[in-house]
Amino acid sequence: IRNGGKSDSVNGHKSGSNQSPSLKSDLISPTMFNLKTLKLKTKQQELLIRVTILCLVYVLAFITRLFSVLRYESMIHEFDPCFNYRTTLFLTQKGFYGFWNWFDSESWYPLGRIIGDTLYPGLMVTAALMYWTLRFLRFAVHIREVCVLGAPFFASNTTLVAYFFGKEIGDLGFRGRPCGSCTDSDLPWLHLEIRSYDNEGVAIFALLLTFYLFVKAVNTGSLAWALASAFGYFYMVSAWGGYVFIINLVPLYVMVLLITGRYSMRLYVAYNCMYVLGMLLAMQIRFVGFQHVQSGEHMAAMGVFFLLQVFYFLDWVKHMLSDTKLFQAFLRITVTTAVVVGVVALGALQLGISHHGRAASTLLLDPTYAKDHIPIIASVSEHQPTAWSSFMFDFHSLLFLFPAGLYFCFKRLSDATIFLVMYGLTSMYFAGVMVRLILVATPAVCLISAIAVSATIKNLTRLVRAKNKVPSTGSSKGASSTKSSSKASLDQSLPFQRNGAIALLVGAFYLLSKYATHCTWVTSEAYSSPSIVLAARGAYGNRVIFYDYREAYFWLRQNTPPDAKVMSWWDYGYQITAMGNRTVIVDNNTWNNTHIATVGRAMSSYEDEAYEIMRSLDVDYVLVVFGGVTGYSSDDINKFLWMVRIGGGVFPVIKEPDYLVNGEYRVDKGAAPKMLNCLMYKLSYYRFGELMTEYGKPPGYDRARGVEIGNKDVKLEYLEEVFTTSNWIVRIYKVKPPNNRW
Amino acid sequence: MARTTTKDAQALFQSLRSAYASTPTNLKIIDLYVMFAVFTALIQVAYMAIVGSFPFNSFLSGLLSCVGTAVLAVCLRIQVNKENKEFKDLPPERAFADFVLCNLVLHLVIMNFLG
Repeated sequence: IRNGGKSDSVNGHKSGSNQSPSLKSDLISPTMFNLKTLKLKTKQQELLIRVTILCLVYVLAFITRLFSVLRYESMIHEFDPCFNYRTTLFLTQKGFYGFWNWFDSESWYPLGRIIGDTLYPGLMVTAALMYWTLRFLRFAVHIREVCVLGAPFFASNTTLVAYFFGKEIGDLGFRGRPCGSCTDSDLPWLHLEIRSYDNEGVAIFALLLTFYLFVKAVNTGSLAWALASAFGYFYMVSAWGGYVFIINLVPLYVMVLLITGRYSMRLYVAYNCMYVLGMLLAMQIRFVGFQHVQSGEHMAAMGVFFLLQVFYFLDWVKHMLSDTKLFQAFLRITVTTAVVVGVVALGALQLGISHHGRAASTLLLDPTYAKDHIPIIASVSEHQPTAWSSFMFDFHSLLFLFPAGLYFCFKRLSDATIFLVMYGLTSMYFAGVMVRLILVATPAVCLISAIAVSATIKNLTRLVRAKNKVPSTGSSKGASSTKSSSKASLDQSLPFQRNGAIALLVGAFYLLSKYATHCTWVTSEAYSSPSIVLAARGAYGNRVIFYDYREAYFWLRQNTPPDAKVMSWWDYGYQITAMGNRTVIVDNNTWNNTHIATVGRAMSSYEDEAYEIMRSLDVDYVLVVFGGVTGYSSDDINKFLWMVRIGGGVFPVIKEPDYLVNGEYRVDKGAAPKMLNCLMYKLSYYRFGELMTEYGKPPGYDRARGVEIGNKDVKLEYLEEVFTTSNWIVRIYKVKPPNNRW
Repeated sequence: MARTTTKDAQALFQSLRSAYASTPTNLKIIDLYVMFAVFTALIQVAYMAIVGSFPFNSFLSGLLSCVGTAVLAVCLRIQVNKENKEFKDLPPERAFADFVLCNLVLHLVIMNFLG
């Protein structure tokens, strides 16, 4: 607050212009006297403070994301990052052309996957570039370190961009500082970056960069900034599928500006350059292809583009014609011709434009769509609607600072604040629809809350400062008696104003510090666990680590033939390919629903039917995840109903009610007979019936479901167990070859 | 109705022509360039309508190069036009340099996309 006070004194002078000039020198001289040793002017002090704070924020953003690296080790967590790591490794080994033309035969057996066409290369190329740069500078780093630490690095960069964005929005650089301190302890994109090496880490940086550059282009009207924002958009398209948000928010923003009459020539320059160049650059990514001119989701941008041309053309004609009657005649003629041409063109173009957007985008507009139509998308836990508790957990104080910030944004409307408001509102809507999208909303929420905080603090410090000036007026040598008496009367009108302001300031800083503490705590507790390694508390309160996943994958790597094919549920596909180095049938890319449904059908059928399916797919090994011994609740039995639903979606022979009893999902004695004899049940509970899992409970007590299992005597005819990890979490079975005929 | 419309159209045309005659020459040159680009785009669309749109990336790159350069020329015109108050601090050399840079990027991407 001391620092805030010092720089505020410069601004405070502009606001309190009724003060005498002698007062100015009085205030500057004590300030200068304090730092006389450094011989700095106030402007330079401000710069020094700002740069110091920025550096601290940068470092802090980096180190809060290192909890899991420090606690466990530097490794790739979760599922998607495994795939990203594998592709980055390939890129560094085989070079860009090898990467771009890569056909992967180790996943989706027997279909394979054209990797170059079906991924967003931004993250991999970024990591590879960083790796090559470091290698060029003779730092012998391993690509894994670059991957793991790349995400915190980009988080720091994002806070930097957020600071500049905040500066662009407010006129005073003062606003940037609370902005920086809010964004650094900002949580929700933390969790996906802690997951370390996923697309969102780079994508949020690209998103914020694009928005910042676009707002700068609209503010300055320069083609160079618009070009820069087109490049930012290109980076975003290369990094994440969420770029659709940008290509819809920006046209929406342009529409809002047109409707509210705030349009100007700068808007035309900025949007046009960004749209045309951005669209062209985006189409260079093979995964995106021609979607910008064909898919329904991108049509808004094109529509606004044409609208802008028409709008500005009409504006120009109106400017040229001095007579309004002539202009109306012009309008009449052009509207009739335009309608005619438009009808003709629409008829001709019906052939080209597809009206179906991607399923995930339809999910955003109609949250119930997936549950009825596409079980795979509905089953992903990240796609579920967000609960209030998640919002509170992730945003903490920002939840109520957000509306306050919206109020302040409306108070000083400008092109930039309108953009921020729209970004905040739309992203909050989407964050409410899908949990994963909280990270898109985070920068907006942070910036808006920072506006609220900085505006409040500025007002409060001005009050505090104003009252501070009064005593010095009385004691200064140059003040006249009349001035001091008038100031004294001002003092008496609001006796407790100064104390109230100080109390509120203290409260505000307490709130901010509490927020920072909360964020750090949440990062450390909730968002730092690598899901590849599980931790729990033992009987004596000591920390017990389960390495079962890595045990199983390395067993696979070392004890199976190199061309073995592994069937498991699609969650584990990336990890098996990356760590076990074996071919899988389905993996997390989930691009082929029928293939996944085949696996789901195999898992839910009786053993003999499943054996037929497995033989047709050339499966050698089956991997299941089982949490009954440890109480691990994300195992395959808990995911089983989704397997049934997805399988049943393609093969009607699998019916969900067969596995339920009175609509209830059970695995104990009262379970449905089909459930008790399906492949998944048998593979999970093989030999489990003899195991004592908990003191005082009968053998075969499933700790994850909390019941004693129904079918303890499981016999396998076509498979044999080859490996079970030390805590029974991962179980691997080998498919027996068919019997000899005699 | 039709007669008043044609009379209006003629009056409109005359006043537009007289207003346009007063624009400076450099702006007229830019306008000519925009007309040329739009015309080329129309020819390409007509050709696509006759011949079919395969390969689509070539068609798109050709069309978008015309549209892109037209749009950039209009932006240049806006920035160079003396009547625009917002851009009076912008030196025309800077505007032209921006125009050249954006066109360079545009055509590089087009050449990559042409296939």
